[in-house]
Amino acid sequence: MTATGIGAPVRRKEDQRFVTGTGRYVDDLNRPGQAYAYFLRSPHAHAAIRRIDKAAALASPGVLAVLTGEDLAADKIGNLICGWMIHSKDGTPMKAGPHPALAQGKVRYVGDHVAVVIAETLLQAKDAAEAIVVDYEVLPAVVDPAEAQKSQAQVHEVAPDNTVFRWHLGDKAAVDQAFARAKHITKLSLTNNRLVPNAMEPRAAIGEYDPGTDSFTLYTTSQNPHVARLVLSAFIGIAPEHKLRVIAPDVGGGFGSKIFIYAEETVCLWAARKIGRPVKWNAERTEAFLADAHGRDHVTEAEMAVDEDGRILGIRVSTIANLGAYLSTFASSVPTYLYAPLLSGPYDIPAIYCEVDGVYTNTAPVDAYRGAGRPEATFVVERLAEVTARQLGMDPAKFRKKNYIRNFPHQTPVIMTYDVGDYHASLEKALELADYKNFGKRKRESARRGKLRGIGFSSYIEACGIAPSQAVGSLGAGVGLWESAEVRVNPTGSIEVLTGSHSHGQGHETTFAQLVSDRLGVPIENITIVHGDTDKVQFGMGTYGSRSGAVGMSAIAKAIDKVIAKGKKVAAHVLEASEGDIEFKDGKFTVVGTDKSAAFGDIALQAYIAHKFSGQELEPGLKEGAFYDPTNFTFPAGVHICEVEIDPETGMTSIVNWTAVDDFGVVINPMIVEGQVHGGIAQGVGQALHERAVYDASGQLLTASYMDYQMPRAEDFPPFTVGMTVTPCPSNPLGVKGCGEAGAIAAPAAVINAITDALGHEDIAMPATPHAVWRAAQKSQMRMAAE
Amino acid sequence: MAAVSMTVNGRSVTADIDPRTLLVQFLREDLRLTGTHVGCDTSQCGACVVHLDGKAVKACTILALQCEGAHVTTIEGLANGTELHPMQAAFREHHGLQCGFCTPGMIMTAVDLVNRKGSDVDEHTIRHELEGNLCRCTGYHNIVKAIAAGARAMAQAPLRQAAE
Ligand code: FES
Ligand code: FES
Repeated sequence: MTATGIGAPVRRKEDQRFVTGTGRYVDDLNRPGQAYAYFLRSPHAHAAIRRIDKAAALASPGVLAVLTGEDLAADKIGNLICGWMIHSKDGTPMKAGPHPALAQGKVRYVGDHVAVVIAETLLQAKDAAEAIVVDYEVLPAVVDPAEAQKSQAQVHEVAPDNTVFRWHLGDKAAVDQAFARAKHITKLSLTNNRLVPNAMEPRAAIGEYDPGTDSFTLYTTSQNPHVARLVLSAFIGIAPEHKLRVIAPDVGGGFGSKIFIYAEETVCLWAARKIGRPVKWNAERTEAFLADAHGRDHVTEAEMAVDEDGRILGIRVSTIANLGAYLSTFASSVPTYLYAPLLSGPYDIPAIYCEVDGVYTNTAPVDAYRGAGRPEATFVVERLAEVTARQLGMDPAKFRKKNYIRNFPHQTPVIMTYDVGDYHASLEKALELADYKNFGKRKRESARRGKLRGIGFSSYIEACGIAPSQAVGSLGAGVGLWESAEVRVNPTGSIEVLTGSHSHGQGHETTFAQLVSDRLGVPIENITIVHGDTDKVQFGMGTYGSRSGAVGMSAIAKAIDKVIAKGKKVAAHVLEASEGDIEFKDGKFTVVGTDKSAAFGDIALQAYIAHKFSGQELEPGLKEGAFYDPTNFTFPAGVHICEVEIDPETGMTSIVNWTAVDDFGVVINPMIVEGQVHGGIAQGVGQALHERAVYDASGQLLTASYMDYQMPRAEDFPPFTVGMTVTPCPSNPLGVKGCGEAGAIAAPAAVINAITDALGHEDIAMPATPHAVWRAAQKSQMRMAAE
Repeated sequence: MAAVSMTVNGRSVTADIDPRTLLVQFLREDLRLTGTHVGCDTSQCGACVVHLDGKAVKACTILALQCEGAHVTTIEGLANGTELHPMQAAFREHHGLQCGFCTPGMIMTAVDLVNRKGSDVDEHTIRHELEGNLCRCTGYHNIVKAIAAGARAMAQAPLRQAAE
């Protein structure tokens, strides 16, 4: 390993600009002549729009335009789309109601887009928005997913019982048989609480139109600018693909919420042409709470059947998934194919059956949020595993060991073929790092101080490296999920890598450069990673699902291989040897068995000056592109152990120890990987202890600011202990699996398992707030007193 | 409109502004100092922290007019030319940032925290002092490490300067 190669904790190249305040986020950009957009949003969860009077607003100072859904329809701008088709059990396609960028006839959630005001200044736009008079006929609303199918409120005409799909996966008969011969059955009712992603940078967009070339530019906070361009052109119909440039510059976190193509950027682009000026919009935090796609929101009944030895025989799961008022870009895939196929966890489970009803409610759309489906699945499996172990009187670590998959590849009953893993190794290491054997001592010590100590495990697996295109196509995806890359070697030997992956905190400018430096022997400072601009990068599917390493970097590796192959051809001419005798190692092309060699930079120069070969023999230049389509998902897995101490007087839960041992396959930069684990854990702990988006019965969002929605803070955490085990992934050329979501997937179950352990087996819903924990502690104390 | 003058990063500036203008808007829109970020509308996130007469303030919570005659330092004014401030260097060295959006506010808060609590400030105090700064990416682990290291480096820096 070199100081900057694969496996080295290289300090990040991007940090210089971020620590000096010279990063460039969308809101830092301003275009000449720019006007400002402000959206008038629905104050009602569900209402018919009888009339919109914009006269007073139009007369307000500085106002350039007031636009509504009618204008959108008149210009034949298409609806926002959901790009994943799910079929119900009975074979019928999902029922997707129309999703216009500005409401047409009806609003369906608080925050829905009623009109946009474009003005010279933002304050003028806001003032004018207040002057718009909307005549609403308020309709009954439904917000609770468990109520949606019986509610008299009907969100979309196409879905009479608010049901988008009734989907299932697995062999129901086999599961029924497994349960029939079970020695013990564990039943749990679980709620996976609704979350707001809350990337610290709010979403933003600037739309711009150039009449000279009849082309558009969109600056946007996107994790996948090419996907945005494809959807905005092919479906929404703003402009043909070659007339639309999408730029996602520095982006301040995404966590899924910046995958989707939203109303606001659509409207900014469309309005830019209408008014002939660039149009800028930047979300306020409250707008982010109201109208960013939320995450999770499942209500689940889950059962696990085990035999007399404590072996799992089957799992049966029934879930209602809240999809909100409209189907967001990938909403339908999250509670289906990103969820149920993970219900085997790391365990050898012969029979699994899962039913999921996706429902509409009068709430913000729900879509992928860090982990997307996999945290929900892990929560189900790991709560079942923990409770089953306790009910059987088994040590929870032993129960897991007994049921782990040992042989690979392993075919689960729910689609996935796990390629490789060593779950025992992760668990053993975690037990050691967490000092599990002395937990009893620590618990007694806590008890002496009047505190309740508990320990909780979460042994997760996830499917990353999303995804083999044919496979996802057969499951309903509207796109392929490969990645593309181009490696451009300059005549001076410096390199630009153009990648379809997008970095919004992941550190690609460093890790991708490490790969190139490692393979080509070029110093890391002579390598630039270019991303986030559809005019520069040919195509890309973007960054989500922990795919940038496994898929994005594999595309770069393929392009590097082509560069080396071409370099060998050039070297053969330069070194006057046959191409087959040239070998490339340590940044040098050498004629095998001789001391004749040429440095990579010399060959790059020769490739461009083209003096040593004729045009008939070889094309000049040294630039290669590649598309990489993975052959399988990757399966990162690991064990997180959470230790809590609860004050039964106040219900305060303190996380006192956190141990994570993850197997991400080959690690490119351990410093960055650990950072991803830390961040994921914090979001998972946030879900378990603090965060919940709450709508009241009328559909008002009660948690629409940081005053009401509790974000995790520094004081909520101990230092994390992070360890790793490695089984290289056989399904991609680099052996990497992906690390971006692991913490968020593992953490919630670990926390709740620890709290319930401390309280003595009481179930507790997320978020386990001090009030909820205090009540549960009172109950278990009363029960203990009675026994 | 109202006239305001102040010193920002050592440079005196004068402008005619809407009296409603917040300090953060003045910095970002009028002075084009976009390193100071806006992450919320309720004074909770700390992405906007700058130093006002040497003390950390949330620039979204004070009007530009209230800063008449004051000295303001933003993230852009922290480094000494091309030499990073020890706290900036510590954030880079300890991977105290991912997307970088919270980072300017974190660093400005961290410098103020060390000024108040001293260079041997302990982890517990650092975590407590960060209650007004949100980060969604890092889980705070490396931010806390970076601040502890930056604090020690800040104590060294004057010695180094004196020696030079
Ligand atoms: S923008 Fe000032 S505290 Fe959030
Ligand atoms: S680094 Fe992204 S919010 Fe802190």
